[in-house]
Amino acid sequence: MARVVVDVMLKPEILDPQGQAVANALPRLGVSDISSVRIGRRIEIEFAGEPDLDAAREIADKLLANPVIEDFSIRVDETAGDAAQMSA
Amino acid sequence: MRIGVVTFPGSLDDGDAARAARIAGAESVRLWHGDPDLHGVDAVILPGGFSYGDALRCGAIARFAPVMETIADAARGGLPVLGICNGFQILCEAHLLPGALTRNQHLHFRNRDQHLRIETASTAWTNAYTEGQEILIPVKNGEGCFVADERTLDELEGEGRVVARYTRGNPNGSQRDIAAITNAAGNVVGIMPHPEHAVEALTGPSLDGLGFFTSALRHLAGTAAGGQLTGGTQR
Repeated sequence: MARVVVDVMLKPEILDPQGQAVANALPRLGVSDISSVRIGRRIEIEFAGEPDLDAAREIADKLLANPVIEDFSIRVDETAGDAAQMSA
Repeated sequence: MRIGVVTFPGSLDDGDAARAARIAGAESVRLWHGDPDLHGVDAVILPGGFSYGDALRCGAIARFAPVMETIADAARGGLPVLGICNGFQILCEAHLLPGALTRNQHLHFRNRDQHLRIETASTAWTNAYTEGQEILIPVKNGEGCFVADERTLDELEGEGRVVARYTRGNPNGSQRDIAAITNAAGNVVGIMPHPEHAVEALTGPSLDGLGFFTSALRHLAGTAAGGQLTGGTQR
């Protein structure tokens, strides 16, 4: 029920060679109007009780993201309960 | 002199690092990631490999190993610490060194013998070299591209904290060809290539790596004698 989603992205000024490799492959799919692709990481944290955004922020700041090269954003996933029901 | 080598789950070069320390004349002591006790060692090496399978980011999990808390405190107190490859990544993740090691720009794993230029002999791990000396040691990494913001890079250069630079070709896209850096005190050094693989004629491309380990012994001998002959602390 209590899911917090953390999105981690490389800072804009940090080169993303994986994203570039994907962007360079896109013309082979017939897609040519893409100017940039950047790859990040999505982390889902399930809390046993109520979602604790402060705790999630601390986890993200200390472990999930490296503030030297990455930014992160945090949100509560309101759809987590519905998704669990649907898959049940 | 006792040099400790930490083994994390996934460490690969701990054996070679311990061997290099012994060849240099030290007693090598094996340390375990889950044991916070440093067992009275005079210096510590964080070896290469893939600690915790490189989960999340290289070095991100190892930073929180029980042994690392003790090492971080001791490093701030002047304990000589050398991080090689994955060890360099761990030191950056632990904020004992600035910057970060990211995916090689060309995305390929690079494994070759690499020329470096030693830029400063004023560290606990490079006092056996001369500034400007060129050495040849193996490099092998997939995430060895050193990045930091421009201000940090300028600071590192201005304070003489770039320890070694790649020459005759940059293997991973590291900014300003940086292969190794040190902290402000000169006791903590991180290096991406592998000096511990270049200490014996049978297996290495040279014996050029041995100086890192003999430097630590010289540094320790200097500090034990009450002098500050071998760099680092006089900064």
